[in-house]
Amino acid sequence: MSEEKSDLIDVQINGEWHSFPKGTRMIEACRLAGFEVPHYCYHPKLTSPGNCRMCLVEMGMPPRPRPGEDPPEPDEDGHVPISWIPRPAIACANTIAPNMGIRTESEMTEECREGVMELLLANHPLDCPICDQAGECSLQEFSVEHGNGQSRFREQKVKKPKNVDIGPRIRLDDERCIMCSRCIRFMDEIADDPVLGFTDRGSHTTLTVHPGHELSNNYSLNTADICPVGALTSNDFRFQMRVWFMKETHTIDTNCATGCNVTVFSREDKIYRVIPRRNDDVNSDWMPDSHRLNIHWIDSEARLTDPLIRDEDGKNHRVANWAEALQRSAEALRDFDGGEIAVIASARMTNEELLITKRLVKQLNAGHVDVVPRVGEPDGYLISADRNPNTNGAKLVLGVEDPGASLDQIKDGIAQGRIKALICLQENLVDDAGFSAENLGKLDFLLTSYPLANPTAEAADIVLPGACWAEKSGTMINGTGRLQRLNKCIDGPGQTRESWEIVRDLIQALGGGNGIYSATELFAQLGDEVSEFEGITFGQIGDLGIPLIETDETIPLLEREAERKAQGLIVG
Amino acid sequence: MRPLTNEPCLFAKPTLLIRKFSFSMSFEVPADVEAKVDERITHYPVSKRSAVLPVIHELQHHFGFISEPAVEWIAEKLELEPIKVLEVVTFYPGIRQSAPGKYHIRVCRTLSCAMAGSYELMESLCETAKIDRSGVNHHNPIAVSPDGKFSIEFAECLASCGTGPVCLVNDDFYEAVEDAGELLGKYK
Amino acid sequence: MSDLKYIAGKEPHPRERRMIFKNVDREGWDQSIDTYEKDGGYEMLKKALKMEPGDITSEVKAGGLRGRGGAGFPTGVKWGFLPPNNEKPVYLICNADESEPGTFKDRYIIHQDPHQLIEGMVISCFAVNAKLAYIYIREEFPEGAAILEKAIEEAHAKGYLGKDILGTGFDLEIYVHRGAGAYICGEETGLIESLEGKRPYPRIKPPYFPAAMGLYLCPTIVNNVETLCHVKHIIELGGEEWAKIGKPNNTGTRLLCVSGDVQKPGYYEVEVGSLTMGELINDVCGGLKEGRKLLAVIPGGSSAKVLRGDETYQVGDDELTIWDIPMDFDTLAACGSMAGSGGVIVIDDSRSISWVLNNINAFYAHESCGQCTPCREGSLWMKKITDRVVAGKASPQDIDTLYGVAKNIDGRTICAFGEACSWPTESFVEKFKDELVADTKPELSDDILNPESELAAAGLG
Repeated sequence: MSEEKSDLIDVQINGEWHSFPKGTRMIEACRLAGFEVPHYCYHPKLTSPGNCRMCLVEMGMPPRPRPGEDPPEPDEDGHVPISWIPRPAIACANTIAPNMGIRTESEMTEECREGVMELLLANHPLDCPICDQAGECSLQEFSVEHGNGQSRFREQKVKKPKNVDIGPRIRLDDERCIMCSRCIRFMDEIADDPVLGFTDRGSHTTLTVHPGHELSNNYSLNTADICPVGALTSNDFRFQMRVWFMKETHTIDTNCATGCNVTVFSREDKIYRVIPRRNDDVNSDWMPDSHRLNIHWIDSEARLTDPLIRDEDGKNHRVANWAEALQRSAEALRDFDGGEIAVIASARMTNEELLITKRLVKQLNAGHVDVVPRVGEPDGYLISADRNPNTNGAKLVLGVEDPGASLDQIKDGIAQGRIKALICLQENLVDDAGFSAENLGKLDFLLTSYPLANPTAEAADIVLPGACWAEKSGTMINGTGRLQRLNKCIDGPGQTRESWEIVRDLIQALGGGNGIYSATELFAQLGDEVSEFEGITFGQIGDLGIPLIETDETIPLLEREAERKAQGLIVG
Repeated sequence: MRPLTNEPCLFAKPTLLIRKFSFSMSFEVPADVEAKVDERITHYPVSKRSAVLPVIHELQHHFGFISEPAVEWIAEKLELEPIKVLEVVTFYPGIRQSAPGKYHIRVCRTLSCAMAGSYELMESLCETAKIDRSGVNHHNPIAVSPDGKFSIEFAECLASCGTGPVCLVNDDFYEAVEDAGELLGKYK
Repeated sequence: MSDLKYIAGKEPHPRERRMIFKNVDREGWDQSIDTYEKDGGYEMLKKALKMEPGDITSEVKAGGLRGRGGAGFPTGVKWGFLPPNNEKPVYLICNADESEPGTFKDRYIIHQDPHQLIEGMVISCFAVNAKLAYIYIREEFPEGAAILEKAIEEAHAKGYLGKDILGTGFDLEIYVHRGAGAYICGEETGLIESLEGKRPYPRIKPPYFPAAMGLYLCPTIVNNVETLCHVKHIIELGGEEWAKIGKPNNTGTRLLCVSGDVQKPGYYEVEVGSLTMGELINDVCGGLKEGRKLLAVIPGGSSAKVLRGDETYQVGDDELTIWDIPMDFDTLAACGSMAGSGGVIVIDDSRSISWVLNNINAFYAHESCGQCTPCREGSLWMKKITDRVVAGKASPQDIDTLYGVAKNIDGRTICAFGEACSWPTESFVEKFKDELVADTKPELSDDILNPESELAAAGLG
């Protein structure tokens, strides 16, 4: 919104005057003034049905003079006394008006909250001890803050379906549902897949999917995120871990170029769940199920945990320590001319890793450099066609102008014996880049680093256990050109190392420079080598990232949200 | 060895806006009923969705109730997700979800009729038609006589409070009903 | 009008002034357009079509017509809320979802004089420039819906509907839309949602005032059947003349529907305020039943607050007994109740107050749409409490809880249903607390009837 200053409206909140842009919802004005108004149905990204009534507040307007009566005298700031309305108003859907008064802490407001809480809990099963939402349940939280501690409800509760399998990833407990309709609105308005609805009416109103149908949309888990109670829970996460035992890390999703902002929940180096984190320039409040659930390989048995060196018999690998593996690698690499060496890095690597990889290329004077492109169908929501999270980084930092363009030349070079040594960082050439085991077998030396065992590793002379996205820190540039931070959530298993460490140590083993102790140091050096990074500090990027370069990519879901916001349907 | 995949492959793409369904062959809407349905839809030039209730009424008039296949048929007809039709079907007591008897009786339960004896009327109607209402609850409001001839339920205020107790038998309206036998006797 | 003949036994009471119900129970009358035209039907449409649309609205305003659906909002003011520079289509909806218990007036207009409604609607549509109108009629009036559809067909054939009505260039289509048994569809935004094919969840106001964002989010006027019929008579008399009927700010005639414990329940069209409660019950309705005393009156449909038979009311400087209350909008409001939809339910001393309240609570619990928390959870709760009171399974504290629940609903819901369902309980407890408590048992005060609350009470929940 590009309002001029004159479009600011004065509102009195709990006795203090504030100014907010015209069109601001009362609930948002209160929040900005430091007063959270409890709510269930309201969500800034969805339409506001005003149904939960939890956000009722006492409201007042300038007095309306009776015919013949003089209008009230404004005070020196131009404010007139407020005439308080005896009926409470919902703060979620109403916008502010000039000289409006709002009381979020008055007796009337408190009575409303207490009353609504009692009614919400009347038919609620009160099964918190066995409810997975416990610890992050708004009903629980507001009940403590605004409830009266005991219920006058003595009747039989309304019985509704429990433990309903409504889709492959979501489970429904209708007795816990408070009919806020957030999930229905999400599926209608955001996911364009209106499979959820209410059946029956009155106290018997029941959330459901149509019989024989499923909530199987790839955005279904967002409904569990926005469910304020334990009615919708994730099959993947339920009963795995109480939320208060877990560590929360803000980072980004690396499954595609969108780079959805996420919060990773972990405990003792195990990731239990990933949920979207609000970033209105990237993923709004949402993310695809396929991306958030792609975490179970991280602690799988296929993880590489130690450096491996090919046995003298040439068939099997044996466990080695890092020093030996790096030493052997350096020794082997010294035997080749630069033109005989190829380096295939990954657009899944951070800018910092790509920077140090560039130094390795320089050190080796390697004649061939590329990354492996990953392209899929964009979903028209948040999933980009580019399934690499940092293609822009690979272009900008590593200098790969056309990702994947040299892969065929490298294959040919290997086949023809021109290329004799290959360093493969964070990629699986056999499965993801069309290399054959036979082709790789022609190399004199193959080094690969990767989080998981794979056919490329099988063909390698040196296999180094790499950290995955959740086990490292750094920065990436998403499809729209936004620089974002990847933050380490857990320690990798065994002896895994982050790629920047691996490459640094390899450079060192080759006799090159050193003196780098962290990814942040590398970030600081990015500015010296890549002009776009000049003057940017790590701290400046913050939790939400900053625009770095111009691209022509847009995020369709955000475009549609912007339209709804322009229509005044949502706060945004 | 298990390959690492970052590719979403387990999940369906969220591209289906309106799904196509195949109905069980037993549900067929006769051409004349469908013609009425199509005519009703023309009353709503702005939004076909508005025709949900009229279409439901046409089908209920023909079939006696709205079955699950009927819901899907309506959804397809009006290009809606079936849940949006089910939401409506389950909201209104005037829409039946189970088969009524040949003659469906609705006795007004609300205050003025109750004061005029509608509960007693309900009892005597049930007795006369041999209807057992013991299984009636919120989810099953309709009780049917063993021979399937009559079914009965309470309805809320039928808006003829001055002439209670009143009831509807199918679309026929009766005021100040005193004799259950006489009323039921009109229906052979 | 003295030459009008009515069916024997159904003649209007001398205190009545038949305007809207002129043709109800009239001898030799039928629903056909020919009969209607012979009686001067559609002449007012011809007159109105020669007027400026804005002038029609001015006449309605001058007449001071107040909506007859229940809220009593001035109709002309409502029409005046249409946005001045509107470019969207305007819709008019006739609310024929008559469902407030105790009310049975629209039924007779629809069944016996459908063309009066059609004529009133066409005039109103012309006034607000609506080219598409719907009559939302409750499902329980199947015959009424058929009668209206036939009347519309007849009006079409005569050129009173359709394209270029009577050569004026004004186009209008009216369709009949049947509901399916939901009181909430009488609420205008619930009705609009229902007409859009959705669950009839009332909309929040602001922003969804129908006059600005109604059907299909276009400006929409929703008026009751009786209200729209009055428009025809305002055109006939002129607003100023029409306003002389009744009392200032309570103008026109009113259809009073009397049911319950009187000798002659029925419908009576009277000038607003021309009758007191006593005259209505004793003169017009033939008095209470033999040997009975007046216990209570619900004066404006079951959601109106109950008036106690032996109570006195301070109205201005006057102290009125229930018998003295004039049946107009303002006085009934001053007595703490409302004229509402005109449904007067008379309750004598043969009735149990608990039973009456429970019957009303059962109605509202059944009819709550369930959209917003207070009414969804509270209406059924109140019904469950009064179920127990009636069954002798309640304690005196339950009556306090009952009152508290009603207070938690009142004023806190999306639509007026919150008041509709809480006012009966509030007023019954306020006025009949002793009677209600008499049906309870103090020894039951510690009963908890659900296992979940038992756990919670033990601190395990």
